[in-house]
Amino acid sequence: MCGIVGLFLKKDDLRPQLGDMLTDMLITMTDRGPDSAGIAIYGDEAAGLKITVQSDTPDEDFAGLDAALSGALDTEVAMRVASTHAVLTLPLDKEAKALAFLEARGLRVMGSGESMEIYKEVGLPKDVAARFGIRAMGGSHGIGHTRMATESAVTTLGAHPFSTAGDQCLVHNGSLSNHNAMRRKLAKKGVFTKTENDTEVGAAYISSRIAEGASLGEALEGTLKDLDGFFTFVTGTKNGFGVVRDPIACKPAVMAETDDYVAFASEYRAFADLPGIDAARVWEPEPATVYFWER
Amino acid sequence: MDKTPQKTPQTDPRQSWTFSREINSEIRRAAATGIYDIRGGGAKRRVPHFDDLLFLGASMSRYPLEGYREKCDTSVVLGTRFAKKPIELKIPITIAGMSFGALSGNAKEALGRGATLSGTSTTTGDGGMTEEERGHSEKLVYQYLPSRYGMNPDDLRRADAIEVVVGQGAKPGGGGMLLGQKITERVAGMRDLPVGIDQRSACRHPDWTGPDDLEIKILELREITGWEKPIYVKIGGARPYYDTALAVKAGADVVVLDGMQGGTAATQDVFIEHVGQPTLACIRPAVQALQDLGMHREVQLVVSGGIRTGADVAKALALGADAVAIGTAALIALGDNDPKWEDEYRELGTTAGAYDDWHEGRDPAGITTQDPALMARLDPIAAGRRLRNYLNVMTLECQTIARACGKSHVHNLEPEDLCALTMEAAAMAQVPLAGTNWWPGKGGF
Amino acid sequence: MPVLDMLKTELREVNATLQAAAKAKGNEAFTIENPRGAHAMAVGLDGPISVTVKGSTGYYCAGMNKLATVHVTGSAGPGVAENMMSGEVIIEGDASQYAGATGHGGLLNIKGNASSRCGISMKGIDIVVHGNIGHMSAFMAQKGNLVVLGNAGDALGDSLYEARLFVRGSVKSLGADCVEKEMRPEHLEILRGLLERAGADAKPEEFKRYGSARNLYHFNIDHADAY
Repeated sequence: MCGIVGLFLKKDDLRPQLGDMLTDMLITMTDRGPDSAGIAIYGDEAAGLKITVQSDTPDEDFAGLDAALSGALDTEVAMRVASTHAVLTLPLDKEAKALAFLEARGLRVMGSGESMEIYKEVGLPKDVAARFGIRAMGGSHGIGHTRMATESAVTTLGAHPFSTAGDQCLVHNGSLSNHNAMRRKLAKKGVFTKTENDTEVGAAYISSRIAEGASLGEALEGTLKDLDGFFTFVTGTKNGFGVVRDPIACKPAVMAETDDYVAFASEYRAFADLPGIDAARVWEPEPATVYFWER
Repeated sequence: MDKTPQKTPQTDPRQSWTFSREINSEIRRAAATGIYDIRGGGAKRRVPHFDDLLFLGASMSRYPLEGYREKCDTSVVLGTRFAKKPIELKIPITIAGMSFGALSGNAKEALGRGATLSGTSTTTGDGGMTEEERGHSEKLVYQYLPSRYGMNPDDLRRADAIEVVVGQGAKPGGGGMLLGQKITERVAGMRDLPVGIDQRSACRHPDWTGPDDLEIKILELREITGWEKPIYVKIGGARPYYDTALAVKAGADVVVLDGMQGGTAATQDVFIEHVGQPTLACIRPAVQALQDLGMHREVQLVVSGGIRTGADVAKALALGADAVAIGTAALIALGDNDPKWEDEYRELGTTAGAYDDWHEGRDPAGITTQDPALMARLDPIAAGRRLRNYLNVMTLECQTIARACGKSHVHNLEPEDLCALTMEAAAMAQVPLAGTNWWPGKGGF
Repeated sequence: MPVLDMLKTELREVNATLQAAAKAKGNEAFTIENPRGAHAMAVGLDGPISVTVKGSTGYYCAGMNKLATVHVTGSAGPGVAENMMSGEVIIEGDASQYAGATGHGGLLNIKGNASSRCGISMKGIDIVVHGNIGHMSAFMAQKGNLVVLGNAGDALGDSLYEARLFVRGSVKSLGADCVEKEMRPEHLEILRGLLERAGADAKPEEFKRYGSARNLYHFNIDHADAY
């Protein structure tokens, strides 16, 4: 049960303001999700791969992490630390080795990709946004989430967005009713989740369908058939932004589109500060219908 | 040679445990009618209950209080979190929501009279607020249900508290066709339904779904009533830890938790007996949720479902509840299922003590009916006194136990004052098996 | 005309001011500026008062309205005019889901589209939607009139009781126990009155009427699939 915000820019001139706009939207959704908050931001593409990791003891864990990883991979590694998170940049072909190294050191991997960075923590959205300096971040699109935990734990890993493949992320408002069976099904195929969270199963389902060759659109269509319960999903990829609601469509969802952007929110009030909102086309996504925007 | 025919000995006819007489009769009933059985009365199967717990009492290591002389407070304040006007009750026992429609106006009046004499509250039900209950209840909780029958802002403003019903113990998640609830003229008028039809029932609220929406609904209810009235959220005993936590996050002042033995409401028998958890099993997880959020005693917990005696009350409080609510027991105190109507119960194909078709309106005791002749059998003044007496007895019993445990307020009873007779009860209540310091799920022995 | 600016005024104060003015029965007219999608605005009004909301509102705007007129110049969030008793609520833009839910009386006049579950469980309210309505509209609707100038989504009038549904455009599908019914002169008369009150530019003759088949009123095993 939660609040979702999303922003997909159609033009480049708003890119520097992306983090600022998303932060305001996210804070507006505090009432819907006071437990934790998170954001996936698709910023400038790095020359290589970005891995976002988290630690509860960042001072210890991040000190010398870049040098250690660089030594282990025998390549250059850049590191940017923001509070409990660090973004490590390294060559694309070193991903598997780097992930193994980081996990062996007890770091939590939030996500990886050429463009996507994920920041999420327990706490109020305004505090979470401030500790990571999200306002200052630029980018092409981003998805934010405020969580009111239903059944799984209120932890960093339980916060949204969930990323189960490179540059892919998913946020969810609602509650899935067959995620345990789906989790077992995915595990048989070798797709494993890290938490008991229902949304992570949704994310893993979509990633596994894409890995099997489905397009994002087809994978989202598949959620309507294979996932049960109540959901509004918003998903991000390197170039795109998708929305789907379950056929009953009880959980709120509203969208706004102008020449400059496409915006998503659980409630209209998240749009109140967006430029040109008064003239925007505002509508609610239809049930059981996949929406997708790509650059 | 003996020509007397020999009779071969036979084993007695053996009834199947799986296909018992009761099961077989239900199969025949289903085959004849094509519809599931609908009834009131809560779960009838034997489930682990408060009877499986015992108080330890004081002796040498603890000092008891003198009965009747040394003070043992029973008062409880509900709604201290946000409401400007919390509800102050003299006793920790309230009357649960029961609908006008199922219950007669006289029965509602009797509940109001009895509760008021005892210094406690009553609750409306599906079907709106009646003059009988508002007029005779000093403190009245107005239920806000998915059907919204008779829902109006004037009654909302003249209620003393508002109870948003998300679930009931008899049917967590339930709705659907509750046929056979025939709607009389007065009930139809209050519910805006055609007279004489079967009634259907929604399982979700019409204008919100989930705790994030509920938070906004509670905001609206508070804005309409000037932030004066406590907002209760009632949940069925399904996933009490999560549901209690979410009710608190959504902004509830009070959480009402109804176990599977609860339920005067008519619903499918299969629902009553097979969905939800026993009241005993629900309390500790709910209290844990409140404690984890730092809200135990800040947000009050009212427990219902199978409360019958002062011992039940004391045990519920010891496990962490702030108060209890009674429904079925209150109806029995008014005179429902009294053996004096046995002949008439027989005519209905049942027997005193087993009558549970409260939705059908043919109650010989005149309580769950809208039939004027039957209704007239219940004297609301006398019935109100019986309820008052019963509430007072339960309160005295609860105080007796609390004093024996050395408590000057019933809220100071705690789980450590209890032991369990069975492994099941020990596990559910998280108190030691009698004579041990261990319960299932607790490490070490 | 008093102005309440929600950039400067707390919701509680806005509602308390409006509620007091409504109760005073002075027929005052208020303007609310910068609503910015706020929830529970102008709720629980109980008296003749006129409120104009300049912009868009969140959940439950004009909830449980009695006698008051609330005019939203933008769009309305979920549950606008829920459980309205009387008075009039006008939405210039679109309305989100649950518009007019469980309403007992008064007129809800939506100039744009209404989303899903419009008129759910309505109990006597009149709702006029100048655009389209979404799926599951008039679910379990008990009483009152729902008029739609545009099209209706899936499962219109599912489990309907005695509410009257008038749709000018197409109906994607009818819900259980909802059927098209004959438009008799008395229905045309009701419809004409509603269209006039709502300032709708449409002729009653262009509409079709839908109502309850009443097959679910008394259990019949042969209709069990419809439950």
